[in-house]
Amino acid sequence: MTVRTGVASGVRGTARITARGDGRGGTVLPVLDGEGPIVPRRTRSAGAGARVTLVGAMSGPLGGDHLTVEAASREGARLQIGSAAATLALPGQSKEAARYDVRLTVGDASELHWLPEQLISVRDSDLRVTTRADLAASASLVLREEQVLGRTGEEAGRLTSRLTVRRAGRLLLDQELSCGPGAPGGWDGPAVLAGHRAIGQLVIVRPEFDQHRPGPALLGETASLTPLAGPAVLVTAVAPDALRVRRTLDEALRTLT
Amino acid sequence: MSQAALLVLADGRFPAGGHAHSGGAEEAVKAGRVTGAADLEEFCRGRLHTTGLVSAALAAAAALGLDPLELDEAADARTPSAALRVAGRRLGRQMMRAARSAWPDPSLDQLAAARPKGAHQPVVLGLAARAAGLGARDAAYCSAYECVSGPATATVRLLSLDPFDATGVLARLAPELDLVVREAAEAAQRAVADGVDELPAASAPLLEVGAEAHAGWPARLFAS
Repeated sequence: MTVRTGVASGVRGTARITARGDGRGGTVLPVLDGEGPIVPRRTRSAGAGARVTLVGAMSGPLGGDHLTVEAASREGARLQIGSAAATLALPGQSKEAARYDVRLTVGDASELHWLPEQLISVRDSDLRVTTRADLAASASLVLREEQVLGRTGEEAGRLTSRLTVRRAGRLLLDQELSCGPGAPGGWDGPAVLAGHRAIGQLVIVRPEFDQHRPGPALLGETASLTPLAGPAVLVTAVAPDALRVRRTLDEALRTLT
Repeated sequence: MSQAALLVLADGRFPAGGHAHSGGAEEAVKAGRVTGAADLEEFCRGRLHTTGLVSAALAAAAALGLDPLELDEAADARTPSAALRVAGRRLGRQMMRAARSAWPDPSLDQLAAARPKGAHQPVVLGLAARAAGLGARDAAYCSAYECVSGPATATVRLLSLDPFDATGVLARLAPELDLVVREAAEAAQRAVADGVDELPAASAPLLEVGAEAHAGWPARLFAS
C-alpha cells in the first residue's frame, strides 16, 4: 500500500492487469499488480473467463494524484473487471487537478468487460478522467462509465471525462463531458444535463454487429441507445440519481448481450 | 479573395438548408426544457460549448487543409447519435451543392466524389471557406454562429418567441462565441501538428438523447 506523505505533489500509482487465453478455453492472468492506491484482485468467476476486482487501498483520487489502470485482454481471453466500491474524487491539499487514466486493450478473439462502480465527483474536487479502449478487429468490449455529481444533496466538484474507443485503428467514439463549477457555460442547462445529477454511458462493441446492429431506441425520457459508425452501440442515460442510471444501463446490457 | 465572402457564407439565406433544422430546440421545447428566452440562452450556451466547439474546430481544421476524410471520420466518432450523423451529412450535402456553385474548387469536387451521400457539414463548411479564400477563424466563426443562430431562429417559430428577445440572446452570447472560436482555431492548429485527436470532443448528453427521440416523431416542424 502506498502511504500519503503529506506532500502536496500527490500520489502516483498504476494498476496493471493482463489476461490471456490458456489455449483450452480458459483465461489466465500473467500480470496482476498494483503499486499505488488501486489494487487489482482476482475474484471468483462464474464462467470460463477471469474476473478481477479493483480495490481502493486508500481514499481518492485527491487533487494532484495521478492514478492509472492498464488492462489488456489478449489471445482469446475473457476478462471482466469491476470495482469493490464507488470511486470518490476528493479535494486535496494540492490545487492541481487529479488525473485518472484508464487504458484498455482488447486483442483479436478476446473480450473485455469493464464494469466499475460509479465515479462520484465530491464538492470542491477537480478530476480529469481519460478512458481509452483500443480494440483489434475481432475483439469484443462492454464498457460502462457512470458519473455522479456530488454526494446526496451536495454540490458537484469539477469533472472532465473523455472516452475514446478505437477499433482496428479506426476511431469509433470520442466524447468528453465537462461539468461542475468552472466548466464551460451551459453544462447544467437544457442542452446538456438540465439539472440531472447522474450520467451513464454503456459502450458495446461486438464483431457480430457488423452484420446486424441494433437500431436506435429510446430507453425512457432521458436515455437512448444509438448505433455508432461501426459495429458498436452506445447507451447514454442521464437521471436525477445514480440508481436510475444503473437500472437503465443494466436493462440495456441484458437486452444486448 | 474577399473578406465579404464571410458574410455570404454566414448569411442565414445562404442556400445550405440550415433553416430546416432546429439544432435540438424543437425536442427541448416539446420536453419543456426550453420555455422562454432565458432557457433558450442557456440552451444555446450549452450547445455552443459542446457541439458548437467541436463543429467549429472541425471547420477550422478543414479550412487549414487537413485531410477532409480523416476529419469526416473524427466527426462520426464525435457524433454518437445516429440521427445526428444523418442530419449532419444531409446538411453537408446541401452545403456542398451551394459551395460548389459559389466557389468552385477541386477540393470540393474531390470530397463530393468521395462522400456522395454527404460529408459532415462542418468539414464541408471549412473546405468552402478555404475555397472562398477565408481562413480557419472565419470558418470557425461561421460554424459556431450557426450553432446558436439555428436554435434561436427555430425557437421564435416554436414558442412564438419575440424575435427581439431571440436576437438579444445571440448578442449576449457573442463574447462567448469569440472564446469558443479562439479555442477551436487553436485546437485546429494543434491538429495540424499532432493529428486530429487534438480536436475537442465536448458532448451534450441531452442533445444526443433528444435527437433520437425527435427522429422518431411522426410529425415535426424541423428535420432535426
